[in-house]
Amino acid sequence: MAHSEQEILAGLGEIVEEIVGTEPSEVTPEKSFVDDLDIDSLSMVEIAVAAQDKFGVEIPDDQLKDLKTVQDVINYIQK
Amino acid sequence: MSKTDVVVTGLGATTPLGGDVATTWSALLDGRSGVSMLPEEWHESLPVHFAGRIAQEPSEKLPRPRLRRLDRTQQFALIAAQEAWDHAGAPEIDPVRLGVVVSSGIGGILTILEQYDTFREKGWKRVSPFTVPMLMPNSPSAAVALEFTARAGAHAPVSACASSAEAVGDAVEMIRSGRADVVIAGGTEAALHPLNIASFASMRALSTRNEDPEGASRPWDQGRDGFVMGEGAGILVLESAEHAAQRGAKVYAQAAGVGYTDDAYDIVQPDPEGRGQARAISEALKDADLKPADIAHVNAHATSTPTGDVGETRAIRTALGDAAADSVRVTSTKSMTGHLLGGAGAVESIATVLALHEGRIPATINIDELDPETAVDIVRGKSEEMPAGDVAALNESFGFGGHNIALAFKRT
Repeated sequence: MAHSEQEILAGLGEIVEEIVGTEPSEVTPEKSFVDDLDIDSLSMVEIAVAAQDKFGVEIPDDQLKDLKTVQDVINYIQK
Repeated sequence: MSKTDVVVTGLGATTPLGGDVATTWSALLDGRSGVSMLPEEWHESLPVHFAGRIAQEPSEKLPRPRLRRLDRTQQFALIAAQEAWDHAGAPEIDPVRLGVVVSSGIGGILTILEQYDTFREKGWKRVSPFTVPMLMPNSPSAAVALEFTARAGAHAPVSACASSAEAVGDAVEMIRSGRADVVIAGGTEAALHPLNIASFASMRALSTRNEDPEGASRPWDQGRDGFVMGEGAGILVLESAEHAAQRGAKVYAQAAGVGYTDDAYDIVQPDPEGRGQARAISEALKDADLKPADIAHVNAHATSTPTGDVGETRAIRTALGDAAADSVRVTSTKSMTGHLLGGAGAVESIATVLALHEGRIPATINIDELDPETAVDIVRGKSEEMPAGDVAALNESFGFGGHNIALAFKRT
């Protein structure tokens, strides 16, 4: 089942809030997880697992390292 | 060469009696118990249905995203350390001159057990990537170092129920050695889990007075039947007297000396002669340059076990001699808090410091009939005035493994 870009963005906002406490409105497509949202590599692992639960799309470790921005994750999930 | 004087300039605690030092201390003076029935259903599968649960949950002070990557021992340590640091006036200090010595007796066992449950139920990918930095026994020490940018060294001496007394002693030594000017020191424990209660219960170490939780921790009472598990943390800010004077800090007591010994007798049972305990007291007196007659008060280890409590009083008598032992006033904080294991020594150091500073000694509660083998006078019934003048007090902590720590504090 495909998810719309808006659905995925809203879902990622909820996940990021749960894991690092950032306001969901801060989670916008152009933001970099590391540079803009202050998310470290261990938290990124948690986000990937939570995204898998929410959207049913597994993100393997070798792909995860290339997903730098929120838009990258949206694109990967929609693919 | 004379030793550097070390003083106590800040106190912080989160205990079964209160979420900070002020509420804990007032409960100790009032003689209130922090022991209560466990709300969780799992207690029904155990012979013990009560414990000293912390009075204020960490979620009231720390935001949720922080809580989920900190073990409960770390949460307690950070809350107590923040209070102690603020109490000390948040000293301005070069990070390389600020040290940390924060212990836990057991470490992040709740994380270990929860994550093992997750692993078995959901597989390895659902195990938190923060599991290792949460379960490490040094994780509370490291979390405090990170929070307060302490770069002189962060240590975590482990000696079971003596751990945080050892931490306070090591902090004194760290300042004396010249490695730091200020040290955040103490200990934390968070181990209220059915496995841990079962483990202590299987040793027959715990009280099973299920019909009367508040009366279960009763050191030196004839009817005592074991200790009561508690959780919580105590943190002290220790500082060289010179550094404290330079910044005009308020001083609560001098951390004057420490004695470390080990019984090397049995892995669990203390030496029935109390030789190691007595030697720890003697070593602390020597280290602090104190005479037995200077000791007005002892905050005892006294956990409410049938053999330990009276043995400790004999060790006090041996170490102080009859003249000083006849006048010393002895109490047990654990009669009210339960046994905070790796947090106990630091919380009881705080009680000892406050007894000197505030001039009042809390009473031991729940003594209906004093064990006639008790070899010193116990403060019971109600709190007592601390003698005036240049008096000193001892805090004793002992741990499985035969570890004995005695700390000497002097009124300033």
